[in-house]
Amino acid sequence: MQVSDTAPVASAGVALGEPGGNLMVAITATLKRDLTLMLRRRGEMLNPLVFFALVITLFPIGISPDPELLALIAPGLLWVAALLAALLSLDSLFRSDYDDGSLEQLMLAPQPLAALSLAKVAVHWLLTGLPLALMAPVLGIMLALPAGSYLILALSLALGTASLSLIGAIGAALTVGLAKGGVLLSLLVLPLYIPVLIFGTGAVQAAVFGDGVTAHLAILGALLAGALIFAPWAIAASLRISING
Amino acid sequence: MWAFIHKLGSPKWFYRISAKLQPWFWVAAAGLIVTGSLWGLAFAPADYQQGNSFRILYVHVPAAFLAQSIFVSMAIAGLVYMVWKIKVADMAAAVMAPLGAAMTFISLFSGAVWGVPTWGTWWMWDARLTSMLILLFLYLGVIALRGAFTSRDSASRAASVLAMVGVINIPIIKYSVDWWYTLHQPATFTITSRPAMPTEMWLPLLLMVLGFYSFFIALTLMRTRSEILRRESNKRWVRELVEEGQ
Repeated sequence: MQVSDTAPVASAGVALGEPGGNLMVAITATLKRDLTLMLRRRGEMLNPLVFFALVITLFPIGISPDPELLALIAPGLLWVAALLAALLSLDSLFRSDYDDGSLEQLMLAPQPLAALSLAKVAVHWLLTGLPLALMAPVLGIMLALPAGSYLILALSLALGTASLSLIGAIGAALTVGLAKGGVLLSLLVLPLYIPVLIFGTGAVQAAVFGDGVTAHLAILGALLAGALIFAPWAIAASLRISING
Repeated sequence: MWAFIHKLGSPKWFYRISAKLQPWFWVAAAGLIVTGSLWGLAFAPADYQQGNSFRILYVHVPAAFLAQSIFVSMAIAGLVYMVWKIKVADMAAAVMAPLGAAMTFISLFSGAVWGVPTWGTWWMWDARLTSMLILLFLYLGVIALRGAFTSRDSASRAASVLAMVGVINIPIIKYSVDWWYTLHQPATFTITSRPAMPTEMWLPLLLMVLGFYSFFIALTLMRTRSEILRRESNKRWVRELVEEGQ
């Protein structure tokens, strides 16, 4: 049924000009728009970072301030806290666009929705995943993470959060039309996050113990490549369902 | 062949055909499960390492098989619904989800019960138990998502997409959990690492597995039929059927 809705628009787009050129313009425009929107709401952008720092603060208080114990569990703690912080920011990924109708406009655009939603996810990663990855080493110092693993921590988080943004966007797209989608979103998305978590903490732990880390980072990269191929289609299909429903 | 499949896609035809198929699967399920459990529980020899506690495997293994197969069937039904808009496929997917979640829970619970005499603990972060637990969460996600939509069409399509995303991820999750487990824990005693089972032990297991599958098919047919009646209750053929019945 969706095909019949968009078919005239799509053919109009082809008639207007070269589709390939249009696509790049549309992607750049989406990137620019989302970046501008997010940078105008800096407070909202900071929330996941503050959440990350707060959760990390809770663990020494809840478990023990003993540096040796903390160093042992630091890779896992940092990764789980970063994962939850990224999850927290997902609900707003499509929410405001859904509320003001710009999501429908994206869907009416002659360019494929998968490509445009990929641009939106890229902005989400740039402003959530990447800052989390850059901030993690500072929190690592506070958890007495052994020196020498900071670069790997940041790298694994940068690679991993990109997959998290892509997978999470599927859940966000499925729940955007629901009034109380927040808790449901975490139920849908967290089980799918487990492979990324395993190899992300695996990389940091390997760096702590002085083992080779390239294998872990390579698998994180492979997961990202897989997510890049499959997730945009799932996101686009889910957005269509949410808009029609 | 294709004509048959097309007919199967129509709720009315499915309702009629399944009425003929259903009793056979119920009989097969009852026969196989009764024979298999009597044989397995009473006549199969006790295991030389685990004694009688191994007998829980006659419930645990078929439930675990079904738990995984049902998720795959659900995703295939979702794909069929998304591609060909066959409503019966979605009805089947909708009724399969709770059954799959129940099977996952049974396999987790029986695994925990088996763990007490074998491992000395109810729960261990064993690779299989962990991936089963994640599978249970995936099932719960699909069920919750379907329930969250007010429009039935959106609910069906959203659940289909999520089932397909889940089925792509299940092997990835399974292999990463296996890898995680071998990294953190030395390989302990597992069911499959034992020498091959003697025939008198695995034959009842085979019967139980077949019986569980027949039960799954029979129950899915039955529940799909009632789902058809519920969703098509405003159609004429359903009304006529009800009037004939009375």
